[in-house]
Amino acid sequence: MAQKDDAMADMTTPHINTKGLSRNFGGLIAVNAVDFEVPKGEIRAIIGPNGAGKSTFVGMLCGRIAPSSGEIMFAGQNITAMPAHRRIRQGMAYTFQITSIFARLTLKENVRLATSWRWNGDESAIEEATHAALEQVGLADRMHQIAGDLSYGHQRLLEIAMGISQHPELLILDEPTQGLADSEIASFVKLIRDLGGDMTILLIEHNMNVVMDTADKITVLNLGTELATGTPQDIRANKAVQTAYLGETHA
Amino acid sequence: MMMSDSKKSVVFHLGFLALLFLLQFILPAYHHGNLARIMVLATYAMGYNILFGYTGLLSLGHAMFFAAGMYGMGLTMTHLGWTAGPGMLAGLLAGGLVSAGIGFLALRTSGVSFMIVTLMFAQAGFLTILYFGEWTRGDEGFVIRQADRVFAGIDLSHPTYRYLAALLLFGICLMLTIRLMQSRFGHVLIAIRENEERTQMLGYDVHFHKWMAVIASGTMAAVAGAAYALLFGYAGATFASVQYSIFPLLWVLLGGAGTALGPFIGTLFMFYLIDLSSSLTTAYMLIAGVALVLLTLFLPQGLVGEWRRKMMPWLT
Repeated sequence: MAQKDDAMADMTTPHINTKGLSRNFGGLIAVNAVDFEVPKGEIRAIIGPNGAGKSTFVGMLCGRIAPSSGEIMFAGQNITAMPAHRRIRQGMAYTFQITSIFARLTLKENVRLATSWRWNGDESAIEEATHAALEQVGLADRMHQIAGDLSYGHQRLLEIAMGISQHPELLILDEPTQGLADSEIASFVKLIRDLGGDMTILLIEHNMNVVMDTADKITVLNLGTELATGTPQDIRANKAVQTAYLGETHA
Repeated sequence: MMMSDSKKSVVFHLGFLALLFLLQFILPAYHHGNLARIMVLATYAMGYNILFGYTGLLSLGHAMFFAAGMYGMGLTMTHLGWTAGPGMLAGLLAGGLVSAGIGFLALRTSGVSFMIVTLMFAQAGFLTILYFGEWTRGDEGFVIRQADRVFAGIDLSHPTYRYLAALLLFGICLMLTIRLMQSRFGHVLIAIRENEERTQMLGYDVHFHKWMAVIASGTMAAVAGAAYALLFGYAGATFASVQYSIFPLLWVLLGGAGTALGPFIGTLFMFYLIDLSSSLTTAYMLIAGVALVLLTLFLPQGLVGEWRRKMMPWLT
């Protein structure tokens, strides 16, 4: 969290951006030369049909997947070659598309693992952040339960709690509402709105209501390329987007 | 609440060490000698447990670390005339260096490949000991003279002092393990065992932590190897052979992987299982084998593991 100097140098510097970011898997081009930028504090949704390259794209942002070519800048720093764990320590947090928690540990232990380095062993700060994060997702009363015993929806919320407990500057959520009940989705939307402004949020999401209710801007990926970026209204009206989603006949 | 759990665990294990201290006054000579040996071998198993039980990495080559300590001590004492103290230190350093080097290379792999690579390195280590038979005396091994087995004026070949030395070694390593596993570092090792990818994506350098775990594990195994040679007066290539890589795996599985006391209980159990069954029949390995199969079927978490699950969830 000591990279502020560069970030402060220029307020117009995007918080995270990519230049010509590409990834091939064998002959398949999953992500093709994407130029992308998000200013600090924005909530940006990334949408697109299945196989559009969304997960691969954010996988490269957070360091799980190495790019084939291109560059990634985070807070003014080139992080293309930085290993994933260091990106997390620079202020990113990432939640997996397929729930990935410590199933045999308690909720509290799960979140503590996320926060303990963040406050460098300051026990009261760790406790506070752990409680606060579990409170925010509505799981505080279950903190001594074994995480693997939770319902799928609650496990997803736990994963989000682990992310926000780190007080990241950039939060990347890969399909966070998958498997959540309607009431849980409503509180998730509220949570994301509350967090926006403090942190930059990248949201991969299939649920269009969630996208329209939370996103400041939307980027549409299709076949590994950026199809459009704009406000929810722009995207709704965009012919190319409608075609990509609904097929040629609609146009 | 977490504080009191970890304190409870510390108190429990200190109580167990006190019990081992008192046992020496009532045990008959035969079992007294056995227990000293078991404590040293259990220290080896505790080292193995750091990597296998807590970090989730299955090595099939820990005999090379045990032997590194044994020969690090034995060779410097025999050929360089070092005394027991510096000899032990040489064993510890040899274990640290070998595990750092092997860990660095073997951790480029994972899963089954890690098992095979460690097995192969250990086999190479075993053959190296045979190859340099001129100094190591190969399979035949060499005796460490009784006159040399003296530390700070105490004759370690004497049963009483040997027992106390074994207990001291075991006690220190047991409490170190508990300390380690209750620390933040230990929690990260457990996290790696539970979900490696998630651990990395929470901001931990998984590779570095695994490497440190190999070094801690290998060094503890090496100290046990050095102590074994010092207390029982013999170093030989058998201790570097593949069966000595399998033993700690069995002991830890039986006793309970990822429990501090499991390695001791597993070693004790197996030692007496073989001891008792061999007094009944020459087919003692059959009895031992059946007992092991039954235990893994009905107590998959090992003896201490099941005990912790049912009665003492706070045990380290």
